[in-house]
Amino acid sequence: MQDAVATIGRVFIGFAIGSLLAIALGTLTGSSRRVEQAVEPTMQALRTVPTLAWAPLLLLWLGIDEPPKLTLVAIGAFFPVYVNLVSGITNVDRKLVEVARVYGLRGREIARRVVIPASLPSLLTGLRLGLSQAWLFVVVAEFFGASAGLGFRLTDSQQSSRVDLMFVALVCLALFGKLSDSALRALEHRALRWRDTLGTERSA
Amino acid sequence: MSTPLRLANIRKRYDGFAVLGGVDLDVDAGEIVAVVGPSGCGKSTLLRLISGLDTRFDGRIAVGERDVRGPDRAVGVVFQEPRLFPWLSVAGNVAFGLADRDTSRAQVLVRETIDVVGLAPFANALPKELSGGMAQRAALARALVTEPQVLLLDEPFNALDAFTRMRLQDHLLAAWSRYRPTLVLVTHDLDEAVYLADRVVLLTDRPARVTDVLRVVPARPRDRRDPNLLGLRVALLEALHLERSELDAAG
Repeated sequence: MQDAVATIGRVFIGFAIGSLLAIALGTLTGSSRRVEQAVEPTMQALRTVPTLAWAPLLLLWLGIDEPPKLTLVAIGAFFPVYVNLVSGITNVDRKLVEVARVYGLRGREIARRVVIPASLPSLLTGLRLGLSQAWLFVVVAEFFGASAGLGFRLTDSQQSSRVDLMFVALVCLALFGKLSDSALRALEHRALRWRDTLGTERSA
Repeated sequence: MSTPLRLANIRKRYDGFAVLGGVDLDVDAGEIVAVVGPSGCGKSTLLRLISGLDTRFDGRIAVGERDVRGPDRAVGVVFQEPRLFPWLSVAGNVAFGLADRDTSRAQVLVRETIDVVGLAPFANALPKELSGGMAQRAALARALVTEPQVLLLDEPFNALDAFTRMRLQDHLLAAWSRYRPTLVLVTHDLDEAVYLADRVVLLTDRPARVTDVLRVVPARPRDRRDPNLLGLRVALLEALHLERSELDAAG
């Protein structure tokens, strides 16, 4: 029980940090060509680093307490959100932006009234991917020196051959992963009712 | 409230390729001018320049006393496609260009304009629930609600079937007669040109220049079967055909 609370807390905080940073940076990158040129190549390179490869460095720098675990989860959540948001922004229909320009709207107004709503579908896709990544990395993070958490419970039970506890942990992970994804999906469904897609048709 | 529109010697090149080769055109306040010409001759480019979406050209475009240097609220545009914002309802789309769209005055204005184009029952519908003709009517309402002094229409009824097109032409005339904006309509439908316009302007193929201007005499409301209109249509066809054979001879 304690383990579940610890893990959920880490996912929640790490995911929040990672996705908020991704939204901030993604918005900047998507809206300014200069920022894009400065940041994009670095991001592309960092993205190809398997998130796990950060673990040893984070343990060394941030100790074995909460910070390295949260950071790892945040990194895991960051990239899917960032990549999807940037591609969502750059794929906004130029024709819709033109309509806004005809009405004399400029940069920030266009961003608020056209670009943000138009890139919302990609952002939500990114958030869902980011969330599943967060679950993945929280378990990994807890494998390395944690004293509580579902990941810790798994390795600990392995050593004491408690298969039953291992199953409880696995079922918990499946349950929480599914529940949190469903919550995001419900949000997505509500926010994107306007979309004319196979998905919205089926649920209409 | 409308303004004359003046184009003087408009030249435009794309990648060193002359698209507009010195277009001159004066449109009176409240007049309807149809611009016809072979497809790809630069008609749409001309509208983009007037709307201020593209400011890289030579020559002078003036709306009333002011030169066009960028998008201006005095100029409204209806594009070839409806270009509705898919996340906004019809009413939300129509209200898009209103600065005071949250006030009750604006709400009333939006409802009225939606009513003019016959979409009242669909005011709260999302664009995905509309047919092509309804979507284009919503786009028309969005352009009309700000009462632009000059309204530009770029083959607005192009993608619609013949019946819907005729209905929309009448919606457009009804809307125009409410406050009489200066109206420039690009089309390649000659029937549409002679039915709607006071004058029909012919453009040549690239680089586009004004070759001919026909005045449409019959008073409104016009009858589509009016022999005068049919005669004008024939004259237009001949002018366009002449154009073509001159080109063939030259090429």
